[in-house]
Amino acid sequence: MTQVAPAGTATWPSRTGSEEQQSVRDRRPARVLVLVLGLLVLAAAASVLVGSRGVAPAVVLQPDHPLHPIVQARGVRTLVGLAVGGALGLAGALLQGLTRNPLADPGILGVNAGAGLAMVVAIAVVGLSDLSGYVWFGFAGAAGAMVLVHLVASCGRDGATPVKIAIAGAAITAAATSWTSAMLLTDRRTMEVFRTWQVGTIGGRSLDVLLTCLPFLAAGVLLGLASARLLDALALGEDLARGLGRRIWRDRLVVGTAATLLAGTATALAGPVAFVGLAVPHAIRALAGPAHTHLLGLSMLGGAVLTLAADVVGRVVLPPSEVQVGIMTALVGVPVLVLLVRRGRTGGLG
Amino acid sequence: MTDLLTPTGPHTLGVDHRPGDVALVRAARRRPARRHRLVLAGLTLLLVAAFATRTLLGDFTITIPDFFRILGGAEIPGATYILMESKLPRAVLGVLVGLAFGVSGAIFQSSLHNPLASPDIIGVSVGASAAGVFGIVVLGLEGWALSAAAVVGALVTSLAVRLLAGPGAGHRLVLVGIGTAAVLLSVVQYLFTRADVWDAHLVLRWLTGSLNQTDWPTIRILLVLAALLVPLLGWLARSLRIAELGADAAAGLGVPGWRTEALLLLAVVLVAIAVAAAGPIAFVAFLAGPTARALNGGRMTLLGAGLVGAVIVVAADHLAAYLVPDVNYPVGVVTGAFGAPFLLWLLATGRTSRRS
Repeated sequence: MTQVAPAGTATWPSRTGSEEQQSVRDRRPARVLVLVLGLLVLAAAASVLVGSRGVAPAVVLQPDHPLHPIVQARGVRTLVGLAVGGALGLAGALLQGLTRNPLADPGILGVNAGAGLAMVVAIAVVGLSDLSGYVWFGFAGAAGAMVLVHLVASCGRDGATPVKIAIAGAAITAAATSWTSAMLLTDRRTMEVFRTWQVGTIGGRSLDVLLTCLPFLAAGVLLGLASARLLDALALGEDLARGLGRRIWRDRLVVGTAATLLAGTATALAGPVAFVGLAVPHAIRALAGPAHTHLLGLSMLGGAVLTLAADVVGRVVLPPSEVQVGIMTALVGVPVLVLLVRRGRTGGLG
Repeated sequence: MTDLLTPTGPHTLGVDHRPGDVALVRAARRRPARRHRLVLAGLTLLLVAAFATRTLLGDFTITIPDFFRILGGAEIPGATYILMESKLPRAVLGVLVGLAFGVSGAIFQSSLHNPLASPDIIGVSVGASAAGVFGIVVLGLEGWALSAAAVVGALVTSLAVRLLAGPGAGHRLVLVGIGTAAVLLSVVQYLFTRADVWDAHLVLRWLTGSLNQTDWPTIRILLVLAALLVPLLGWLARSLRIAELGADAAAGLGVPGWRTEALLLLAVVLVAIAVAAAGPIAFVAFLAGPTARALNGGRMTLLGAGLVGAVIVVAADHLAAYLVPDVNYPVGVVTGAFGAPFLLWLLATGRTSRRS
């Protein structure tokens, strides 16, 4: 299965090359894994130690040190970043495989905006105030936006092309943002809750909130990582996948559920963090090849690296204030988007 | 039906033309012109109706004789204040920015040959908005300087999108524009988190577009700029119908490329000024062009697009102000909430690919 998979990812330029590359590629995922794990350790260490107030590594081991509370707060923040980044990276890889579309990303597909709207409804109308209550609305909104974008984009003459998906996502985002501000205007209390959520940040979340989200994330990760073979088969196209004995709709449902769980929880936890799910899987694919068996796990780790690194840079880049992680990832992610678009193969409407 | 009878030059009549042919061609050439006049007249009537609704009705009714007496300088307790300080400036500003958004949207869409390439989708409006917010929060600008900052922001954004998308525009321009808009939007949100006071009105105006904080000095600036730009626009827009045929055909027909570029530049400036005055009101520029074109039997009409934009903004502002009692929504919420489903419908029915 993994032998045929690389050739099937038809929507982006295939990186499979000549015969001599074949043997090199088999060792590549292992090397990339070592690289990504090393970066992850570095990013996590930086996330604990670096900030407006630097902390020496020795402080971490001294519970009585006056700076230790800072380490604790940053430790929680690092864990939140790991969870959110991993979820978004994996969700991006799942969505790109599911839609066979290189531009699939929770931000571009309008999933963030859908989750945001649903959560505002939960806070303002239903009156929920803690995350464990409105996280369900986050899922519902995320799933609704995803399904709607795909329904709309796959109507019409030439099916769900990347351009149509991107525009449908932008339209859903615009509509959801409008309805969201309409609701926020009538309700000052919700506005105060939502204002901090809106920019996308992993700071200021307590450990309880993270623990509430953990079961959903774990379910999403298990389901997502288990669907590597489904995605490799889907990458060959519907007909071939069916020929290999896959039940297409069941497979899509599994992958879609995993992606919704991951993207919805990450959005509920951190707010709209865009472009992690877009940039990371492409980078991993360029480094380790397109087989989903490697891609999914590596994208998850890579997403955590990118999110933590973006958060650390955001803390120190414009002192005294702090640039939220959602803004930093957008700044990192858009060059990737431009590169993808310029490399071609995203056409359809042009 | 009129599509079969597109106007053709006299030299295509052929050798063996019959006497009826001349009359046929003449009729075929007149029909679009008559339809255009009808469309413009109808849209003007609609705009007057929307304007009258906006200024006279709502939670405080002003009669027509009172309206003219107040304009003539009469002091009617209550009514004078409400009309002159709230309703009239909002309606006038709505007309002006609606015209600007509509016209520039139509210019973008027709000279880039893509109905999706309107300034509010490819990030030009957000660019103006980001520069404006930067001017307010970091540099402390206001008045003319703020408009200038918005114009610079829009110009830089549109240049960047053009350069990043590479030659040939098309879908790449739209995708790069959507990405750029996303980045700029997050820049705006970041700037607001840095602002000292969380001013809901300010945020809403620069994020969604709003006519709520209108004053006469803003309108005066807009009128001066309009007096400068409209003659230039009229002169440049004459070549638009030929430029629509594509760069090569236009060059062959004697329209130099710089005219199209200058027209686009002017459209960018128009958008930026409108954004500086009322914020990036969503989807007006996107909707106005195609709507006017559909009304006009498939032919582009700049003036029609401007009128459609003005009608949309004024009507949406009335809805925004009075749809829900006691809540004064910004106009951008209404245009976004109704404009986005329209875009989705266009996508679902495949209308967007027809003319790209």
